[in-house]
This record gives sequence, C-alpha cells and structure tokens, in this order.
Amino acid sequence: MWKWFHQLASPPHFYRIAPVFSAWLMVPGLALIAYGTYAGLILAPVDYQQGDAFRIIYVHVPSAYLSILSYMILAVAGGIGLIWRIKLAHAVAASAAPLGASFTFLALVTGSIWGRPMWGTWWEWADPRMMSELILLFFYFGYMALRSAIDDTNKADKASAVLALVGVINVIIVHYSVVWWSSLHQGQTLMAEGGPAMDPGMLYPLLAMIFGFNLLFGSLLLRRTRTEVLFRERRTRWVREMILSREGQS
Amino acid sequence: MEVLAMGNYGAYVWTAYGLTLVVVLINEWRVRARQSTVYRDIEVRIKALEENE
Repeated sequence: MWKWFHQLASPPHFYRIAPVFSAWLMVPGLALIAYGTYAGLILAPVDYQQGDAFRIIYVHVPSAYLSILSYMILAVAGGIGLIWRIKLAHAVAASAAPLGASFTFLALVTGSIWGRPMWGTWWEWADPRMMSELILLFFYFGYMALRSAIDDTNKADKASAVLALVGVINVIIVHYSVVWWSSLHQGQTLMAEGGPAMDPGMLYPLLAMIFGFNLLFGSLLLRRTRTEVLFRERRTRWVREMILSREGQS
Repeated sequence: MEVLAMGNYGAYVWTAYGLTLVVVLINEWRVRARQSTVYRDIEVRIKALEENE
C-alpha cells in the first residue's frame, strides 16, 4: 500500500496515469449529471412550499459541497506538502484552488438566485452561512494571490499551505453555521438526524448530482494537477525525454 | 412551455442552471488552455536548448 502511494507521488508516474483516472471519473460523472439534471428538472415532484424554485438545489447543493471539499483537499494537500515535503501534494493544492473558487462562486450565486424568490432578498449580510461562504471565497482568492505574489515556488508552496491550514477554521464555521446560529439558510437536510428529510423522488436526483459533480471535479483536478506537475518539472530530464519522444512519433 | 415557465420561477431556475453550465465549461476550457500553453512553452525551451547545444 505504502509502496503504491510512494509510486503515485512520483511526478513522472502521476503524469502517466492521471489521464486514465481522469477518464474513469469523467465518464460516469457526466452520466450522473445528465441523469440528475433531467430527473431534477423534469421528474422530481414540485415542492409544496417552494414550488419549482426548489429545483435550484440540484446545482446549488453540489456546488456548495465542492466549495468545502475542494478547500479540504487544498488544506490537507498543503499540510502533507509542508510536513512530508511531497512535491505532488503542493501541485494538488495549487490546482484545487481555482476549481474550488469557481464552485464557491457558483454556490454563492445560485444560493442568491434561490434566495430572491424564497426569502425576498438576494443577500443577507447578517446570515452566518452566506457570510462564512463569502469568506471562504476570499480565502481562495487570498491563497491564489499569495501564490502568484511569490516567485520562488518552494516559498510560495510553504506560505500558501500555512494560509490554507488557517482557513480550515472557516470551513468548520461554514459547515456548522446553520447549527450554531439562527440563519435564513435552511438547516442540514441530507445529514439530518434520522436520515435525509426528503422525498426519494427529490433525493435520488440530488445524490446523482452530488456524486456526478464530485467525479467531474476529480477529473478536472487530476488534469489540472498533471499540467501543474509538467510546469514544475519542466527543467527535468524526464520531461525533456517525454517531449522529444512525442515529437519523434509525430 | 410548462417546463420553461417552472411555475413562474423559470427566470431563476434557468439562470442558475445556465451559470452552472458556464462555470463548468470555463473550468474545462482553462484546463485545456493551460495544458497547451505549458506544453508549448516547454517545447520552445527544449528547441532553444538543442540549438545552443
């Protein structure tokens, strides 16, 4: 097992195997999203309180999940890179940031679009869930700005990893904000005590969308990391040999 | 038409789905664009090195 992990952390090995894993994630991911979109928009019954506006959850909830998951990947990878000095871990963290920022932005915007007809407002500054999610977006921006402000890759990796670890506190606040404080945002639905409080006709498309988005994210992350590895290793012999052998084939 | 109207919430629902599609497509495009940029830069660098050698 450790040997497999050790091999996976090798940049040339990762570069070779990443496209295979990426395809394995992408195909079922897109299939699940296609089913989830159709079932969410057409098959799921109308919510008795929210009407058809509730269908926004099928894009809002997966985006919100990814905003947190992506940050946790970023922070854990940064921590691993910081402690064990694994180069691939820093490449993963650097690649997760723009993806996470885009899904956090999407979660905020789709949540706002949902909030307008349901709560009568696009935004509520006093709401803990909305504000902590907005702060999460700023952590992503700060992480990316810090990376790009430092020319030395090693120093940028270390400084951004520390910032990423500090931001985990905010992720915990995002997750528990609806439990700890009174919020306009609804409480936990899927992780509610006693199981998900949803009709199966609404729940299954939502689960399909969450898994589909996660798989798609995994595929995007693998490909972004692969390019990041190529960039970081651009002066190494294996990259030169790989490029030359490809040119020889074409 | 009922599907488009979404019980008078059509503008909200379709805007949310449209934005999601745009964000996913931008992510996919950025992955491909970055890949080709990095690859091209390395090719140029290797050719320059070979010419110097």
